[in-house]
Amino acid sequence: MAEIQIKNVAKTFGTYQALHDINLTIADQEFMVLLGASGCGKTTLLRIVAGLETATTGEIWIGGRRVDHLAPKDRGIAMVFQNYAVFPHMTVFENIGFGLRMQKLANDEVKRRVERTATLMHIEQLLNRYSGELSGGQRQRVAVARALAMEPDVILMDEPLSNLDALLRMEMRAELKGVLAESKTTAIYVTHDQVEAMSMADRISVMHQGKIVQAASPIEVYRNPAAEFVAGFIGNPPMNFLSATPAGNGKWTVAGETLDGPNATAPLQFAIRPEDMQLADTGLKATAKVVEPLGAHLLVTCDVNGTMIRAILDSDHKVKPGDVLTLAPQPDRVRWFDPQTTLAVA
Amino acid sequence: MTDAVAIDTGADTRKWGKYLYVSSVVLLCAWVIVPIYFLMINTLSSPETVSSFPKPFFPEFDLGSLKFFAGFAGMLTALKNSVLVAGMTMIMSILIGAPAGYALSRFEFRGKGTFRLLILLTRAFPLPLLALPLAVLFIRTGLDDTAFGLALVHTTLALPFAVLITFSLFSGIPIELEEAAWTLGCNRLTAFTKVVLPLILPGITASAIFAFVISWNEVFAAAVLTIENRTLTAFLLQNLDTSPLHLKFAGGFILVVPALIFIFVVRKYLFAMWGIANR
Amino acid sequence: MNARILPYVLILPVTLFLCLFFLYPFILVAQQAFSTGSGFTLDNFRDVTSHWKFPISMKNTLLLAAAVVPIQLALALLMATMVSRMEKGRDLVLYIWTIPLGISDLAAGLIWLAIFEQSGFLNTMMSGLGVVDKPVNLLSYQHPGIVFLAIALAEIWRATAIMLVILVAGIGLIPKEYYEAAEVFGASPWKRFLRITLPMLRPSLQTALVLRVILAFEIFAVVAALGGTLFPVLMGETYAYQFDLLNGGAAAAIALIILAISIGFTLLILRLLRVPKGASI
Repeated sequence: MAEIQIKNVAKTFGTYQALHDINLTIADQEFMVLLGASGCGKTTLLRIVAGLETATTGEIWIGGRRVDHLAPKDRGIAMVFQNYAVFPHMTVFENIGFGLRMQKLANDEVKRRVERTATLMHIEQLLNRYSGELSGGQRQRVAVARALAMEPDVILMDEPLSNLDALLRMEMRAELKGVLAESKTTAIYVTHDQVEAMSMADRISVMHQGKIVQAASPIEVYRNPAAEFVAGFIGNPPMNFLSATPAGNGKWTVAGETLDGPNATAPLQFAIRPEDMQLADTGLKATAKVVEPLGAHLLVTCDVNGTMIRAILDSDHKVKPGDVLTLAPQPDRVRWFDPQTTLAVA
Repeated sequence: MTDAVAIDTGADTRKWGKYLYVSSVVLLCAWVIVPIYFLMINTLSSPETVSSFPKPFFPEFDLGSLKFFAGFAGMLTALKNSVLVAGMTMIMSILIGAPAGYALSRFEFRGKGTFRLLILLTRAFPLPLLALPLAVLFIRTGLDDTAFGLALVHTTLALPFAVLITFSLFSGIPIELEEAAWTLGCNRLTAFTKVVLPLILPGITASAIFAFVISWNEVFAAAVLTIENRTLTAFLLQNLDTSPLHLKFAGGFILVVPALIFIFVVRKYLFAMWGIANR
Repeated sequence: MNARILPYVLILPVTLFLCLFFLYPFILVAQQAFSTGSGFTLDNFRDVTSHWKFPISMKNTLLLAAAVVPIQLALALLMATMVSRMEKGRDLVLYIWTIPLGISDLAAGLIWLAIFEQSGFLNTMMSGLGVVDKPVNLLSYQHPGIVFLAIALAEIWRATAIMLVILVAGIGLIPKEYYEAAEVFGASPWKRFLRITLPMLRPSLQTALVLRVILAFEIFAVVAALGGTLFPVLMGETYAYQFDLLNGGAAAAIALIILAISIGFTLLILRLLRVPKGASI
């Protein structure tokens, strides 16, 4: 049982505030992804949980035990680093067994656990090699095996796949997800790659400027972004925004069209995902500017009243630059944001 | 037709350029080696040949000069003193310098800039001059004319290098490796001894040798601070006016030999050391 | 241990050591230079500068630096660029070229003494070629030019390597793409050297020159081995005041003069070769 609680954690580097009052609870055996652009504070938060960085204020609890005054080795965690941190002067076997040796486990127990995790990560034939003789993907596997061999309550991963090429990354993504589910550990996984986050996470915490903007399941984050930042960050291409002015009685004027919306009197931002618009007889008038065929779909960048939006259309449609399209947003997929607070409006 | 000629001259120029390049490299190598070779001829010749004329261009492999050198009163003691002082300098400068190099590479702390400046400042200072007041100070503390006293001054000479070199060596070890060790059950000390130290040992050896040679070669402070316990350089300097040629050359050659070995051993680190120390 | 205190604990030994053996003696030198036993005085400086040998040794030191350092710089740049485009034998050539780095100034002086002394190799070669009929005592007061030449050659031979190492390391830091880009834009090798290598090498040139110039003002043992008293230099005067004349105050005064010249030239070099902010690699 290892629930992680992050309570009121803040971190300042000199005058720069890297983290603002973070509160987050990660359930036992949950796979939590911290997602955000570089510099958003996600790695700092992970390192505070690991004990590699000290929070300026706040508490960290792991499995009901307060750990923020403990050294990393006493927190019951294992970590996988971005550059793998495979010790170059040790063989793969010695690397995986390093933590076990530090715990002074018996030789045959070390051997048993090294071989088991090595087999799990498909590197059992590499045990006598040195780090210099391994490929990036193999080093990655050693790093994961070394963490798993510790049989930790919590495993922390800092962009573990970011140094692999695209194909290998996809392969490792699925494998890592399977292995971690099997091992029943609680995991915190830091990434800037939204596809990785969406495909692996039980829950995603989207971070921006040292704050958690939204913590929810991947589909929730995608469908119901809590703030403009999340809407613009998740999804490729991201959500489209158009300014809307109230026309009274829950009606809104968007680019000359009248649409249903929430009851409010101040202007709002109208938002829709590119794939949630269809060609129809009535809707937003859009002039196609760039047409990019992507195989299954067409990605059309078009001009609506001076604002650029993107639409994903079926590739059966024949669209060329200069065409005027009529795009009908799917009503249940339309979201509204308050431009003052940038938060979602129900 | 004209094209063919043009190509020919192009190829010719390139060929001549290549010859020029290779011969300049060879010439510059000779410029370094030949003077050392001359010294070697003198060392491996009998004392009579050394002061005779004309000089042979090949050594006669006579150990007379070296024997004379070994037998000259005080010379072997001076040699022993040189090794002793250099050995102490080597140990002290690494033991004192390496922790600072580690601190510079791993921590951000208040006063780091000032500290680095102090280190760089000592390098931009005619350090042997400090031997003058220290001579007085040492007499008061009983350190005068001792190998240890001189080693202290030589350590001051070698310290800036030891700090900057170990700083660059430690910076070459990703901090991730240490952090990984911490998460795997190490504390700061065990992470250092089990992960950093094995990786850094060759480099530390190189910088230790560097410190050895700084001390081995130092003339001024050695001459100022020692009277009875002369090092080899101080001894040779003191007897320059009086000692015969073959003694000077044999002594010079003994001074040169460690240099040849030193540069060979540390050649891999020489450039990395200065590349970082530059900044 | 606390990560806040640990770095200070680690730098403490060096700091203490340097305070004791660098700052403290430095203060003592200054004190000694400005006093003759009773209060502040410039007498020591007046004494040493009014001595007939002072202008000569000052002139000699500066002249030697002026002759040696530019040649070393040019030579080191030439060697560094040669090495940078070398494919085969780079390690061997670099090893040979850096050997003098480990050789002391005294040993270097002795090496060149073997060449220039009366029964030395230069005389042997000259008589072999029939230039002279009997060995000439080259290192004597009749040939001040040759004494100067011998000392300068020994210095160039010995101390070019330190510049070479710094410059080779500096060239190694310049990304290859810049050269390729310049080549694509049609820059000749000479232009590439002038427009890319030199400007980008400025930090290394700074280091190399500062170090070299400071060491040039400290020249001592090479001169002692080759010229003896024929060619007085500042550092040699310091030694003479301390030992032959047993005048510590005067020795300290010259030491401070050497220091002042060193600092002056260091600042000058740093100023001339300063890198504009934001223009570094």
